[in-house]
Amino acid sequence: MMKDLINAIADMMEDEAMALTKKYLDEGVPPLQVLDAYKEALAIIGKRFEECKYFVPELILAGEMMKSASELIKPRLTPGSSGDETKRIGKFLLGTVEGDIHDIGKDMVHMLMDINGFEVRDLGVDVPAQRFWDEYKDFQPDIIGMSGLLTLAYESMKRVVDGLQEMGVRDKVKVIIGGGQVDEHAGKYVGADAWVTDAVAGVKYALEWVKS
Amino acid sequence: MSNAEQLLQQREKRIQDAIALKKPDRVPIVSMWDFFPAKWKGYTVKDVMYNFQLMSDLWVECLQHFEPDLGDNPFPLRGFGPLMDILDFQHLKWAGHGVGENMSYQFVELELMKADEYDHFLFDPSDFMVRRYWPRVNKAFAPFETLPPLNQSISYTWGLYNAVFLLSPEMEAARTALIEAGKASAEVLKWTAAFGKKMAEMGFPPSSGGFAQVPFDTLGDVFRGTKGIMMDLFRRPDKVMAACEKLLPIMIDSAVASARRTGVRRIFIPLHKGLDGFLSPQQFDKFYWPHMKELLNALIREDITPWVLAEGACNTRLEAFKDVPPGKVIYHFESTDIFKAKEVMRGRCCIRGNVPASILTIGTPEDVKQYCKRLIDVCAVDGGYILDAFGPLAEAKPENVQAMYDFAREYGA
Repeated sequence: MMKDLINAIADMMEDEAMALTKKYLDEGVPPLQVLDAYKEALAIIGKRFEECKYFVPELILAGEMMKSASELIKPRLTPGSSGDETKRIGKFLLGTVEGDIHDIGKDMVHMLMDINGFEVRDLGVDVPAQRFWDEYKDFQPDIIGMSGLLTLAYESMKRVVDGLQEMGVRDKVKVIIGGGQVDEHAGKYVGADAWVTDAVAGVKYALEWVKS
Repeated sequence: MSNAEQLLQQREKRIQDAIALKKPDRVPIVSMWDFFPAKWKGYTVKDVMYNFQLMSDLWVECLQHFEPDLGDNPFPLRGFGPLMDILDFQHLKWAGHGVGENMSYQFVELELMKADEYDHFLFDPSDFMVRRYWPRVNKAFAPFETLPPLNQSISYTWGLYNAVFLLSPEMEAARTALIEAGKASAEVLKWTAAFGKKMAEMGFPPSSGGFAQVPFDTLGDVFRGTKGIMMDLFRRPDKVMAACEKLLPIMIDSAVASARRTGVRRIFIPLHKGLDGFLSPQQFDKFYWPHMKELLNALIREDITPWVLAEGACNTRLEAFKDVPPGKVIYHFESTDIFKAKEVMRGRCCIRGNVPASILTIGTPEDVKQYCKRLIDVCAVDGGYILDAFGPLAEAKPENVQAMYDFAREYGA
């Protein structure tokens, strides 16, 4: 189904993908099916990233194509439908930690976790520890992902994990940290279950965790 | 010869030997101090960004205490608090302006040149800067957006008639801001010069005499934003290439002029968007490396040493990077595997770095010593190496910085 659309998206043929999206919608293909084609294409893109065939520019363009498609699809959805009836495999709480305003890595994680079937709650940037704790209680995520590029992020990340410990929930949730300055040392210090320096590697951990 | 002059020569020779791939009398050690001297002495970032005497005193104390082989002048990139206030500068958040009073400034991603403005930039970059870039990056200059094109000032007194646009009431505040910003800049430059003089009097050669960027980085950082330029690679690759080519001579000329003005023949070049994963090998080979290589070669032809800070990890770029004349470039690595870099660049490039951020920030002095030992054993064994941290010291613990210096002196002799 819609192999041409899937390929156009996966091969970064943006104009063709847009034209085909419009064509299928105009022909009366159910909007949710078109959305599924996008998800399938994004899965291919994620895989190519993992295989070092694609890089950051492709992920960013993929995110943009997804956004434009959603704008076309949304008005056509039947009222009451969220447009998202995928079965969710887990909940993922995400944010760039307090003191840090970098969001490019975090946004890529958001997109990839979403297409891999997670329900993502994104708290944005410069997120205080208290908000992570409050949202933890409210959202009950399986995984908390904390992003940060600066060295001050170590302390902010550690504070969040320490708080989870005090709340007595540390063993109920997995914690993953990501960013340009995280490494083995930082992972241990923060008390995270995993540390990564790219978004796809993070998704891999997340998928393994919800499987087991 | 005074003691300071002697020290100055000794240190400069140590650095020059390392650059020339020789083995210096001992392993040179240097730092990008960032705001470390303030935190070290219990002051906030905001304190020093707005109090230049304090900044000068603390940085002098820091240099005298640690005795690095190069001095780092804090004023050009740390002393601009008052200037940014006047400009209402949008590209950074700084202490007390969007980030906490004890935080280093952070870059804000902006799209200051829209996708459909490439042609304007390519046709007349100066006009674009004054009438589009300035008003957007400096809110205080917002009215400049209404000026007529700067190139419409040809023939007789035509240009002056156009000055009528500067007379409107909304221009008055912008004009005042321009004058005040000029005064604030003069103040920063005055302190920069004074600190430079002081460093020389203390026997510290300056780390750099100016700054340059790879055109693709400038286009991404300053004009299009990271997301913008990444999408442009697919949507308008020809424009990206044309803009990079337009920027290259501007980068070269301004760096050469800066090195001449300051008399310091080292230029700092931080890399941002050519890192592992940020571009495909094909994109890197087409949009990044050719201009980077030409920038490095142009500076080398002017007898300037490029000091390239490879931010992030650049493990996949090492083979390209080493394609420069031997003994002419310093590559400073952040998260790149520096031991692998040593193998690749041996006999070709001086390498610098890279005690990791995590060890300096949350590790112990023992961790620091262990890592430095490995650095000296592997990277310094045949010279061509300068010991340094991963990059700006930022949140490094003082005891860890102390351990780095003590160990380098003791073990690197």
